[in-house]
Amino acid sequence: MALLEVQDLVIDIPTASGLLHAVSEVSFSVDRGETLAIVGESGSGKSLTSLAIMDLLPRVAKRRAATLTFDGTDLLSMREPEMRKLRGSRMAMIFQEPMTSLNPAYTIGNQLMEALRCHEDVGAEKARARAVELLERVGIAGAERRLLQYPHQLSGGLRQRVMIAMALMCKPDLIIADEPTTALDVTIQAQILRLLHDLKKEFGMAMILVTHDLGVVARVADKVAVMYAGAIVERGPARAVFKAPSHPYTRGLLNCIPVPGRTAPGTPLGAIRGQLPNLIGRLEGCAFRDRCDFAAPECSGPMRYVPVDAGHDVRCIRAEARKAVA
Amino acid sequence: MLHYTLQRLVVAISVAITVSIVAFFLLHLSGDIAISIAGPEATPAQVEAIRQQFGLDRPLVVQYLEWLWKAVRFDFGDSFYFRSSVVSLIASRIPVTLTLGAISLCLSLLIAVPLGVLAAVYNGTIIDRLALSFSVIGQAIPTFCLGLGLIILFSVTLRWLPVSGASTWKHYILPSIALGWYAVPAVMRLSRNGMLEVLSADYIRTARAKGLSPGVVIFKHALRNAIIPVVALAAVQFGFMLGGSIVIEAVFSMHGLGYLAWEAIARNDFPVVQAVVLILATIYVGLTFLADILNAFLDPRIRLA
Ligand SMILES: Nc1ncnc2c1ncn2[C@@H]1O[C@H](COP(=O)(O)OP(=O)(O)O)[C@@H](O)[C@H]1O
Ligand code: SF4
Ligand SMILES: [Mg+2]
Repeated sequence: MALLEVQDLVIDIPTASGLLHAVSEVSFSVDRGETLAIVGESGSGKSLTSLAIMDLLPRVAKRRAATLTFDGTDLLSMREPEMRKLRGSRMAMIFQEPMTSLNPAYTIGNQLMEALRCHEDVGAEKARARAVELLERVGIAGAERRLLQYPHQLSGGLRQRVMIAMALMCKPDLIIADEPTTALDVTIQAQILRLLHDLKKEFGMAMILVTHDLGVVARVADKVAVMYAGAIVERGPARAVFKAPSHPYTRGLLNCIPVPGRTAPGTPLGAIRGQLPNLIGRLEGCAFRDRCDFAAPECSGPMRYVPVDAGHDVRCIRAEARKAVA
Repeated sequence: MLHYTLQRLVVAISVAITVSIVAFFLLHLSGDIAISIAGPEATPAQVEAIRQQFGLDRPLVVQYLEWLWKAVRFDFGDSFYFRSSVVSLIASRIPVTLTLGAISLCLSLLIAVPLGVLAAVYNGTIIDRLALSFSVIGQAIPTFCLGLGLIILFSVTLRWLPVSGASTWKHYILPSIALGWYAVPAVMRLSRNGMLEVLSADYIRTARAKGLSPGVVIFKHALRNAIIPVVALAAVQFGFMLGGSIVIEAVFSMHGLGYLAWEAIARNDFPVVQAVVLILATIYVGLTFLADILNAFLDPRIRLA
């Protein structure tokens, strides 16, 4: 049994102009020790999907699913006090905004130790020792001194390292990293990702890595789910998806990455024309059809997943027809 | 922190000096003080004699500097009406006012802050709307109306509490409610809005993602940040309360600074009026300074800047 099972996750948000279908029928699973990458452009529902697993959605957002289990336990029927015991201890989250994700009023040490002491009955000394150990492990020099510092005294990169250390305080089974490097300097992004990847292996955790950087996915992910307009349009083992990208949107994304040696210098970065459709009201047909070069009349009909290979499928009803052409 | 403290101190002293100048000149330019002192039946010669006796014929700037020089050494001269020095008058009256102000402030904070937190946590629910209505009603009732209403209900009708005076703690209950009531709406709304803003901050999401209980999230992580602007407002409200104490002390016949000011104004007792205005302003400026320092302790971004 997978560590995390998600089947037909739906997230609706009531708005003034109607019901916003932010996430529709998303299904995936994550095994112990596995990294699942969720990719897709901004607004495709990646953050809401991550928050739904932790039951941390904004109050307006409504979550439904056929299955949502963590280590065999049903999360859908779980009451808040039980859920609280899982959060931070068995599943932890790292957010996109390191600058604002730490409380400005408390020291780094206070916030790190609290993460352990709210779950485990350990003394301050032990918690401090663990905080120092983890700060050193995430590459922060002078850990003892850092414990006494406040968030505003640290750079964005350091703050994100602190967030990572904080997520690891209770040795979770699953870590969800929602675009952990998007807000950081390009030079620091690679370091942080490498760190996350190493830590994941070292601690034997499973990881959900939300990103829009496909280059990152190729290096660290075991599985990939490509999201578009609230739905997973392609999913499968990372190698298979990169070798045979089968959804026009995935191909568009891959064309956006410059490839050393193949992309001529000075070539403008490819971009997929058009923009995300409006997700308010009743949605019919393929959400990508306004931007798809292969769109045909049947693309306005009901959608289903078409298998490409073992464990690799695609939400495009013309996938087979196009394969025949290609 | 030292730099910040010194900077705030300079600001506080400048404000205090400005207030003393404004108070002094307003009083002296509002009419001929010598005529007021001499009374309506005095002859021009008597007025002139008084003018010389009190040094009122000298340039205003000289008079101000002399008054200020004495004031910083706590010499405010003698009262025209009471048979004592202004300093001893103030010393005998100030405890009543400070006690009243402190109780009122504590009372209003104890009601307004929890109410604001409650309204924010239950944002948009019936609790929130009740708290907001309460604050609107609070603002609509003038202080003296509330004071009189309380007297009629609790002192006259129910006979639970004394009508007037300041001799026992029971005497402070009704005036403190009447005076503290005034600050509740503003403090409540600031606490509510501050909490609403903080509760949607990213670090609150982090706190929840750690698995902290709602109590720890609300009080340790949210309130600690939302309370920072409330501290500054509390100092301002305390200033308003010192002003409001003139009305409340008159309504409840409490012999405090406010009551003294009221008596002195009615009797053209200029040295007393001037001294009371200066003392009240200095207390207010001092509190604002304290609030700035307290803010620095609450907000490490100020303290360690
Ligand atoms: N609190 C909210 N209220 C209303 N709409 C929201 C809220 N949060 C997210 N959305 C909408 O849900 C969609 C998905 O958002 P999100 O999951 O944040 O996307 P991503 O993380 O992929 O960029 C977007 O269209 C966004 O506008
Ligand atoms: S279903 Fe049709 S419109 Fe959608 S991606 Fe496939 S070909 Fe394009
Ligand atoms: Mg996002």
